[in-house]
Amino acid sequence: MGRFRFTLYVAGDTARSQQAYADLRRICQERLGDGDFEVTVVDVTVDPDAAEAERILTTPTVVKEEPAPRRRITGDLSDAQKVLTGLGLAPGWPAVHPGSNP
Amino acid sequence: MTENLATVDKLETGIPGLDLISEGGFPRGRATLIAGTAGSAKTVFASHFLAAGVERGEPGVFVTFEDPVAAIRTNMASFGWDIPAWEREGKWAFVDASPDPDAAVTVVGDFDLSALLARIQNAVRRVGAVRVSLDSLNALYVQFKDHALLRSELFRITSTLKRMGVTLVFTGERTEEYGEISRHGIEEFVADNVIILRNLLTDERRRRTVELLKVRGARHQRGEFPFTVTERGIIILPLSGITLTQSSSTVRISSGNPTLDQMCGGGFFRDSIILLSGATGTGKTLTVTQFLAAGVAEGERSLMFAFEESRDQLYRNAAAWGYDFEKMERDGQLRVVNTYPHAMAMEDHLVQMRDVIREFRPQRVAVDSLSALERVTGMRSFREFVISLTSFLKQQETAGLFTSTTPSLLGGTSVTEKHISTLTDTIVLLRYVESYGQMRRGLTVLKMRGSSHDHDIREFEIDGEGMHVLGRFTDLSGVLSGNVTFLAGAGGGAGGRGGETHEERDAG
Repeated sequence: MGRFRFTLYVAGDTARSQQAYADLRRICQERLGDGDFEVTVVDVTVDPDAAEAERILTTPTVVKEEPAPRRRITGDLSDAQKVLTGLGLAPGWPAVHPGSNP
Repeated sequence: MTENLATVDKLETGIPGLDLISEGGFPRGRATLIAGTAGSAKTVFASHFLAAGVERGEPGVFVTFEDPVAAIRTNMASFGWDIPAWEREGKWAFVDASPDPDAAVTVVGDFDLSALLARIQNAVRRVGAVRVSLDSLNALYVQFKDHALLRSELFRITSTLKRMGVTLVFTGERTEEYGEISRHGIEEFVADNVIILRNLLTDERRRRTVELLKVRGARHQRGEFPFTVTERGIIILPLSGITLTQSSSTVRISSGNPTLDQMCGGGFFRDSIILLSGATGTGKTLTVTQFLAAGVAEGERSLMFAFEESRDQLYRNAAAWGYDFEKMERDGQLRVVNTYPHAMAMEDHLVQMRDVIREFRPQRVAVDSLSALERVTGMRSFREFVISLTSFLKQQETAGLFTSTTPSLLGGTSVTEKHISTLTDTIVLLRYVESYGQMRRGLTVLKMRGSSHDHDIREFEIDGEGMHVLGRFTDLSGVLSGNVTFLAGAGGGAGGRGGETHEERDAG
């Protein structure tokens, strides 16, 4: 199981939702490598209670659940640099590989 | 569907006064923007809209973008709305979109508000909501900078909710009382109707008004209407919303003074408004006392709003003239409500007075004096107050006797009279007359709508027994203007009658 857990909130099974999922996986793979992360997808139109519980307003929204601290970003995920910075995973940021020296 | 003025389906809001000025409520299945500056009671309005719905069996959803849910539950409890109970009973649901420091979100690209929409739809379905309030969208503009995107998203949300058949209210912030409808110009774009709440400072007093700026395709009353926030929420005081009906009753009631009754052609009318004007000490409170006691003697209920004298003073005065007010109150036939004019705003005075009248259901109401109230408010508020009170009394078919104090001892009229004389059915003047080193008193019935009346200016005296109206002045003229002329050969052509009387009054 991956050390990094993400939840991706999308609205409906749309091209936009699929694009967000593909973008997130690609960015994570490039940055974190295979097998070091997992992504759970929540469709807010199917499970609005989950969106309510997490107080999600916008889609797509990515929540980095683990490791702490939790971070959330929203918007299309085409800009990898913005996505990584928003999630606190920008290259060179020490929190990404705790315990190992880059 | 074509929008026909006659067929727009309206949802009665249940907010007191609002359905009157909106001529039936808000158009059903539409979005209404409530715009106002900070502190203009927008959140109370949005909550009252839902609470009034719940009370008439229409569940609601409250979407909060600013205040935390817990704060709304607590704040609204002070209006008697038990939101937690309604939540348990499935009549009220919150969608919490208030800022959460733990859920701060970084915008990395284009987004939509589908999650918010899904949550609102979910809540609407869960409670079977008829009404939805969104308060206030402002927080969204602070959080998300792309206003063009917000605008199209809000349009999508309101359209979707309207298609679900709910009637929407959402609040928007304004920066000034007269200017742009809303700060960001977004809300009015998505609103079918626009209501403006104002919190004005006029004549050094706070004054709240509501204006229905735009109600798409539906009739409504125009202009600003005063409103007040009471312990039961918002109460709008419709003025022109009420059709002023003139005295329609032909039943006469006694003024408590047989001669005055005679001068009025047999007494006041059952549902008339009487203005009693006079300088201090001319006998206004005595006239009021007799008026109230006459009702009690007939087995009716009399109510007095005393703004000048304390209850003890009134009891003592009445006792001196032989009326036992204390016993009348004990027997439930009389009620004296003693209020300090400065204690509250005009709107609140009015709300309180209406409450007492509704509860006590008197046949006679006296207000002593209107001038005391006039001193603590602006002219406009005052006039609106009198209009509201008189129309309310007429609806209740209650006789109202208002006193007004003239500023000068001799002749003259008060500002009060100038502004409200057209609203009254009957005007009785009490005046001092200086004559050969003596102060005498004169009384005349200036106006008696719907009846002939005596045009004499009569002399009257006050003693321990009360008021005694004598004959008309035959030895002098100019009583009303205060410019008395003494007539030689008294009795001959003395005493101005009819038209002359009015001329003299105007001249004074």
